[in-house]
Amino acid sequence: MKVWRSISMGLLLLLVATAAGCTAPEKEAADSEGTQEKVVYVYSARHYGQMEPVFQEFMKETGIEVRFTYGKDAELRERLKAEGEFTPADVYISVDAGNLWLAAQEGLLQPVKSDVLESNIPQNLRDPENRWFGLTMRIRTIVYNTERVSPQELSTYEDLADPKWKNRLCLRPSTKVYTQSLVASLIAAHGEEKAEEIVRGWVENNPKFIDSDTRIIETVAAGGCDVGVVMHYYLARLKDRNPDLPVDIFWANQEDRGVHVNIVGAGVTRYAKNREEAIRLIEWLSSEKGQKLFADGNFEYPVNPRVEPHPIVKEWGEFKMDPINVAEYGRLQKRAIELMERVGYR
Amino acid sequence: MRRFPDAAGIASLLIFLLIALPIFAVLVEVAVPSVEVWRSIGKTLLPEMIKNTLLLLAGVGAATFLLGVSLAWLTFAYRFPGSRVFEVLLILPLAVPTYVLGYVYMATFDYAGPVHTAVRELFGFTLPEIRSGWGAMAVMSLVLYPYVYVMARAGFAQISATSIEVSRVLGYSKFETLVKAALPLSRPAVAAGMALVMMEVLTDFATVRFFNFPTLSEGIIRIWYGRMNLKAAMELAGLLLLFALVLVWLEHRLRGRARYYQRGRAEGIEKERLSGIRGAAASVFCTAVITLAFVLPVVQLLRWSVEETSAPSASFRMYMGLLLNSLTLSTAAAAACALFALVLAGVLQSAGSRRLRSVGRLSTMGYSVPGAVIGVGTLGVLSSFDRSVNALLESYLGITVGLITTGTIVGLIYAYTVKFITVAYNSVDSSLERITPNIIGAARTLGASRFRILKDVQLPIIAPGVAAGAILVFVDVMKELPITLILRPFGYDTLSVWVWQMAAESMWGGAALPALTIVLVGMIPVTYLMRKGGVLR
Repeated sequence: MKVWRSISMGLLLLLVATAAGCTAPEKEAADSEGTQEKVVYVYSARHYGQMEPVFQEFMKETGIEVRFTYGKDAELRERLKAEGEFTPADVYISVDAGNLWLAAQEGLLQPVKSDVLESNIPQNLRDPENRWFGLTMRIRTIVYNTERVSPQELSTYEDLADPKWKNRLCLRPSTKVYTQSLVASLIAAHGEEKAEEIVRGWVENNPKFIDSDTRIIETVAAGGCDVGVVMHYYLARLKDRNPDLPVDIFWANQEDRGVHVNIVGAGVTRYAKNREEAIRLIEWLSSEKGQKLFADGNFEYPVNPRVEPHPIVKEWGEFKMDPINVAEYGRLQKRAIELMERVGYR
Repeated sequence: MRRFPDAAGIASLLIFLLIALPIFAVLVEVAVPSVEVWRSIGKTLLPEMIKNTLLLLAGVGAATFLLGVSLAWLTFAYRFPGSRVFEVLLILPLAVPTYVLGYVYMATFDYAGPVHTAVRELFGFTLPEIRSGWGAMAVMSLVLYPYVYVMARAGFAQISATSIEVSRVLGYSKFETLVKAALPLSRPAVAAGMALVMMEVLTDFATVRFFNFPTLSEGIIRIWYGRMNLKAAMELAGLLLLFALVLVWLEHRLRGRARYYQRGRAEGIEKERLSGIRGAAASVFCTAVITLAFVLPVVQLLRWSVEETSAPSASFRMYMGLLLNSLTLSTAAAAACALFALVLAGVLQSAGSRRLRSVGRLSTMGYSVPGAVIGVGTLGVLSSFDRSVNALLESYLGITVGLITTGTIVGLIYAYTVKFITVAYNSVDSSLERITPNIIGAARTLGASRFRILKDVQLPIIAPGVAAGAILVFVDVMKELPITLILRPFGYDTLSVWVWQMAAESMWGGAALPALTIVLVGMIPVTYLMRKGGVLR
């Protein structure tokens, strides 16, 4: 009898817990409507830990509370689409330009006319139709083992297709959106045929595919490969912890179009219920104070030219950036994926 | 109960429809293929995914068969130092989700990991790359062999001691006895274990992604997220479903008319004592397997979680949130599965009709369907349901209610139920079978009321079965990844999702504590299996 009693008690508790779990989000929504407190809801593809301090500072200055949920870029966009006009989100923050472009393309974002944003953010880092805005820059470039490679051997992304790099490369798999954007930039620069030849050259060099920039750098450091392609801030992070790491950064394609730039960017969702607060948040993030917090937290480059980058990355000096509008990565993303499928880039 | 055959029929039909809906949704998509995508992946990704899937099935199948059967026979037929303990410990790896072992192995055995580094420094050569099909096979085999082990043990225990004695009298060695008598006789049980392994292999997508070994299951997620093409993803899911169906059919053929073996004792078989070198070798073999599949990941996770608490990024509050979410989902799903299974099994048994019972079995086919398929299928069903509800309300009442199932806990639990109701059903069904009409008749003769019979006779008999089913579902949901990933509400990360995301970013420390928690919870059914004893003693 005791067994049954405890089981039924358990079941009852479960039901209560479930009911509580199911109703919790509704209650939260009701709260925000009931009180006059200003809130902005954010879907963020940026990691935990990097966002809280920034949003806290924003709240301190403006009194607007930021509630955010984290997810992968594509997931968040799919959900935005599925939720349609019922979405709770006011702002969509993505860590990749391709996703922002797609979100805009699918009508998930609305145009925002803002002089603040236009003066703070260079033109090629925001949507030509003002539906999204770049907030920080992340540079996907070449890193090399300082004991095995001299920087004179390195030049461009294209050059990594040269047979001299056979068995010496570490690359990120094609499922990662960073890779897709990089390949999209090759298509933009050379056309599809030439880009395919380049990427095929990478694959023929038998690279190690490692699904983590951090691990790519660690493998380069350990001598597992000589050269890798990563986002610059992963190296900054590791160098911050261990300055003696035998890995250094190389700015690719300085003699031609410049190094591949991707962005963290934000847009106001089409059905945003807190539109004013949403714009306010994005403007603040592009301001000098917001930029400093937002970029430094992850060793990224601020888009606002008036703001200095973090000392660690500043030390890496000035470099030439590919001036292409980052929206192109989105436009070419699907072709990039198919291209990689064709040449066996996994 | 015979008075309500219609009610019974309708109830079971409804539950059946509800559960089969997502799977049908997938099958329908296959009928109208989106030619463009298939043409594009047809010559490139698709052949590789199919090849990899088959390779993985073959490799893991062979390895788990060898490991599972040999360990089962070793502990069943022989006595060697520690054999009583090994007998039990060998089940433990079952508590480690495949992707957790995958992620520990990735960090431990890849080029930059400690093992590679040590070997390079000490011996000056480079071990083979772990990010490969071999790595994936090794990891999956180590985690999945216990299914075969447990089932084979149960099978051996069912064989009468006489048939083994006969083979001994005929002059067969112990090994020949295994090959010529024990294994053929326990074929159904081993086949059932192998089928479970194969299903896990088909279902997994996280491990193969860690190891860069794209399979069909991984392809579903790849195509959905990469190409933003839900329809093509569902079609691929249909293809995967075909694989699963072939497996189910194969298992059915192999099992023949026999039923699951769950009970029974190893009667009288005389264990042979292995002494000296042979005994030591047996102990070393068992220790090696347990170390690789259980001790190593647990120790590594413990190390990482200790390091993590000192790191600034550690957030205890967040961990508690993940834990709470996982617990909520697992309990709710366990309750839902137990409840549905109880209704289904109860109604069907009292109805007594054979045809109805086969409907019951059909509606529990979800377990053999990969999680990614169910996830995508459910999403299709839910979003069209939400859309129709809103359209209806809008046109008749002029209001909308928003998304009531898509991206909510309700939708998620629905999908879990589709997938895991089998687990609860089997358990509930077998416990219901124990209530014979005689028992009820006796109670009635003694003057017990209807309510009294329910409370004092029926419920106590079935309670353990229901509880067991619920526990198994609880743990399965705790480990579950693809469905959760596809359908979870926002801001509703679970332990498993977190582990996967952290591991994908090589943030081993951040993934450690949640992964360890999943392993610990996974030990509940393992302990249960051990204590149930029927399998082992």
